[in-house]
Amino acid sequence: MTDTSIPSQPYSAANEAGFGDYFALLKPRVMTLVVFTAFVGLLAAPTPIHPFVGFCAILFIAIGGGASGALNMWWDADIDAVMKRTRRRPIPAGKVTGQDAFGIGIALSAFSVVFLGLATNWVAAGLLAFTIFFYVVIYTMWLKRWTPQNIVIGGAAGAFPPMIGWAAATGGVSIESVLMFCLTFMWTPPHFWALALFMRKDYDNADVPMLTVTHGRRATRIHILAYTVLLAVLAVAAGFTSIGGPIYIATSVVLNAMFLRGAVQIWRRDEDMSEADNFLVERKFFKLSLLYLFAHFGAILIEAGFDKFGVWA
Amino acid sequence: MSLSKQHELHERRFGRNLAVGVILVGLIAIVFGLTVVKVTRGDYETPATQSVTQ
Repeated sequence: MTDTSIPSQPYSAANEAGFGDYFALLKPRVMTLVVFTAFVGLLAAPTPIHPFVGFCAILFIAIGGGASGALNMWWDADIDAVMKRTRRRPIPAGKVTGQDAFGIGIALSAFSVVFLGLATNWVAAGLLAFTIFFYVVIYTMWLKRWTPQNIVIGGAAGAFPPMIGWAAATGGVSIESVLMFCLTFMWTPPHFWALALFMRKDYDNADVPMLTVTHGRRATRIHILAYTVLLAVLAVAAGFTSIGGPIYIATSVVLNAMFLRGAVQIWRRDEDMSEADNFLVERKFFKLSLLYLFAHFGAILIEAGFDKFGVWA
Repeated sequence: MSLSKQHELHERRFGRNLAVGVILVGLIAIVFGLTVVKVTRGDYETPATQSVTQ
């Protein structure tokens, strides 16, 4: 008699998925941004929230973001396999099957939306459900392979978390939460296009219509500058609403000046100049973009803390 | 000597199973914690029970 549920011969354990591989499906690095911005949205809201409910809200938003990451990996496994940056992800690496990723993604999506609704309110849960739908269906399945504006519109998915955090506390949407959404939304294109400038071969090989591939690198440089100018106006303007204050405005003015300088440098350069120094300016701009977003949301967080303790009152 | 030798598969997947166990215990703690917060805060009180407690 044999036990059919367990293989009688030990097979190669080297390629078997560990817990870390399943966790990697949730895109932990993206989740960091989701957690941080949702946390800022939650704390910046004028309505106080019970600390444990707030913790649970952030957790469910993070799980929802992770679930959409798993569904993205399920759908994009073919692209991930040919791109240097993504070929070690669990599905192309052969650690996790696409079906498993799909199952995990769907299950965690439903879990996170229902639990966020039960823990906080159904406006926040509805926004989370829409975010997952937007990222998976609108961005991953539709726009990413169809239009060079994929990054622009797809960036909305990554911009929702502070709005969800705000809605979890207040039960609604307001101008401040929309401005926090716009901040990430407008930041995404220059951030990703800078990356695409020095990772072009990856997108070429994957046949993804990035702006660098479809409209050329000159057009991409112009687009980066245009979006950076719009972002600067919006980011500084947010400082004059209730989420802003002296610290936010000071941070925003300095960072936007640096970001604009970087965008102008990128716009002035041509391919020969960039290749001569291995895209030094583009790489610096990309790194600065990471600091830019964290510093802006960090400043909103500090302002919210000061408001709560009545420092500016 | 133990009566039933642990299968190699179980040894290999111990870490994975342990992590799933920890997640399930965490889920129980979260549901319990949320219940405590919501009940003590009076989220589930109906108008009738509110008038009685007043």
